[in-house]
Amino acid sequence: MLTAVMILAGMGLLMGGLLGFASQRLAVEENPVEVEIQAMLPGSQCGQCGYVGCGQAAAALARGEATVTLCPPGGKALAEALAKKLGIEADLSDHEEKGPEYAFIRADLCYGCTRCIPECNVDAIIGATKQMHDVIAELCHGCAKCVEVCPTVAIEMRPVPTTVTSWHWPKPEPLAAAH
Amino acid sequence: MKIFDLPGGVHPAYRKEQSSELAIRPLPLPKRLYIPLQQHVGALSVPIVAVGDTVAKGQVLCVRQGSFSATQHAPTSGRIAAIESFVAPHASGLAQDTIVIESDGQDAWGELPAPIADPFSVDPAEIIERVAISGIVGLGGAIFPAAIKLNMGQQYKLDTLLINGAECEPYLTCDDRLMREYAAEVIDGARLMARALGARRIIVAVEENKPQAIASLKAAAQAHEEIRVTGVPIRYPVGYAQHLTKMVTGRETPAEHRNAEVGVVTHNVATARAVHQAVRFGRPLISRIVTVTGGAIRQAANLDVLIGTPVSDLVEFCGGFSETPKQLVLGGPMMGQPLPDLAVPIVKGSAGILAMSAAELVESRERPCIRCGSCVDVCPCGLSPMEMAAFIRKDKLDAADKIFVGDCIGCGSCSWVCPSYIPLVQYFNYANGVLGDQARQRRKNDRVKTLSEAHAVRAEQAEKARQAARAGKTAAAAPQSTNEVQA
Ligand code: SF4
Ligand code: SF4
Repeated sequence: MLTAVMILAGMGLLMGGLLGFASQRLAVEENPVEVEIQAMLPGSQCGQCGYVGCGQAAAALARGEATVTLCPPGGKALAEALAKKLGIEADLSDHEEKGPEYAFIRADLCYGCTRCIPECNVDAIIGATKQMHDVIAELCHGCAKCVEVCPTVAIEMRPVPTTVTSWHWPKPEPLAAAH
Repeated sequence: MKIFDLPGGVHPAYRKEQSSELAIRPLPLPKRLYIPLQQHVGALSVPIVAVGDTVAKGQVLCVRQGSFSATQHAPTSGRIAAIESFVAPHASGLAQDTIVIESDGQDAWGELPAPIADPFSVDPAEIIERVAISGIVGLGGAIFPAAIKLNMGQQYKLDTLLINGAECEPYLTCDDRLMREYAAEVIDGARLMARALGARRIIVAVEENKPQAIASLKAAAQAHEEIRVTGVPIRYPVGYAQHLTKMVTGRETPAEHRNAEVGVVTHNVATARAVHQAVRFGRPLISRIVTVTGGAIRQAANLDVLIGTPVSDLVEFCGGFSETPKQLVLGGPMMGQPLPDLAVPIVKGSAGILAMSAAELVESRERPCIRCGSCVDVCPCGLSPMEMAAFIRKDKLDAADKIFVGDCIGCGSCSWVCPSYIPLVQYFNYANGVLGDQARQRRKNDRVKTLSEAHAVRAEQAEKARQAARAGKTAAAAPQSTNEVQA
């Protein structure tokens, strides 16, 4: 009887100690889910989700405060991946995929105030004081931050056109009576 | 010569006899020519002419942008009528930037680069440069800038130049006619290319159903012991570069790798002839041989056509349609694309115009897969089309990717053999398109990430500098005020 009590007590002590040790030594500072989510996000810090950057968006997602469809550049593919990661069901059937866009500066309206230049976090806008500005479309990631600061509303977002080189075949129509 | 066997492949009705005995004829000079800026894989070429300019035949219209691109030349003399968006000879039916030339009817050559007098003693780089400025791309359908492939001798140890005269696509006979009628030019071009590559032997491979072509090439190659002309078994798609390489050399190129890695570079017979013309006469690539055929065309033909000629001119020359075509195809029936419009121009990669009659097309009502496995048997790449298609149908592109849908060459053998008429190859084209988009998007995201991180660092430094300057100013201002007090 006594032996049994001692053994059990000993085991309890040992395991408690181990657990305590583990919780201290293996402490994780960041939420691992959050880190993983952040790696899935584009990382362009565009802010289209309404958060300051991808890190904050990841944190909100991990806390369950943001919807999986928050990231426009990520599109449907990202929304699906996020739902899977968070283990939630997301109805994406009527999720409207906004195609990629780029900023376009209208020559007739731009007067070269340079206000848009620092807004672009990939340095896609070129121009100097009192000179027409231009956006390098290949670099633009469509965050639209420049649009907001332009005093003459010279910047508009345009859909990236499908060209002969970017076009691909559509998915074949499903079989009419596929049963 | 030993021919190695290959798995897969099919035997579709070749139907080449409709045009194979028709000698190449020049098409009369068209009134207007439409030269798209993009007729090759790689970067768009940049126009250096303006609307209203007069141009001579052979003059440069647009220059290549970097080496992975191709220059375009004026196919005839005339005036630049427009540089505009015009429907492309492409399944999408999308428009693309195109230079429109109004022909002046003179067809007068401008000044051309001088012929390379003794190409076998000059630096090989000179031949490669000539090929590059002559706008030559792979004419077998790959439209890959030829100069890049000729440069591979720099990177890889090459021993063989394989000249591809297989022409295994049904219906098409343009390469067959070219080999029969211009064998000496093909052989000379091949020797020039081998010189550029530093390859010591040349193999010319032709499908065995073209005995006259084989005979002419053999006669032309007789004096050159480094050249072997060989027949290869009749089976679609033997003409695919990697497969042809395996067949004649026994060397297998791993998927997603270049032939050059096993010491072989392949070029099409028509490309060889274009190289001959560029090196020996300074002539750029401004025309090609096109087969016009199919059950719905009144008179089939093999035509020597200027690049930029509208397809409607070819059809008209062939007497129009004898019945309303059920389907118009650009290229061959296996790998060709639906023709969006008769107004589209012939470009460097257009080998054929096919007007298929209703009788030639199998009425194909798609049915569910019966898992017969025929598609697996015929796939020359050892893939499992039925499984890949099943995944793609359920939008599981990742799963399809894992079983190598990316290795599909789009040969269409599986679709052709499928007893349930499942459009298998369309599924793979679609999946590879989407997977390609995703890969591009990932690359762009990576770049955006790098750029935005660099931007953030710079912004922070600028802010620090500003603060330091402000602090400096306050510090400078402080003693002054002390002075004031003191004063
Ligand atoms: S050939 Fe067609 S029916 Fe047969 S297994 Fe392949 S996809 Fe299914
Ligand atoms: S189209 Fe692709 S999957 Fe079908 S047989 Fe050809 S290589 Fe194989």
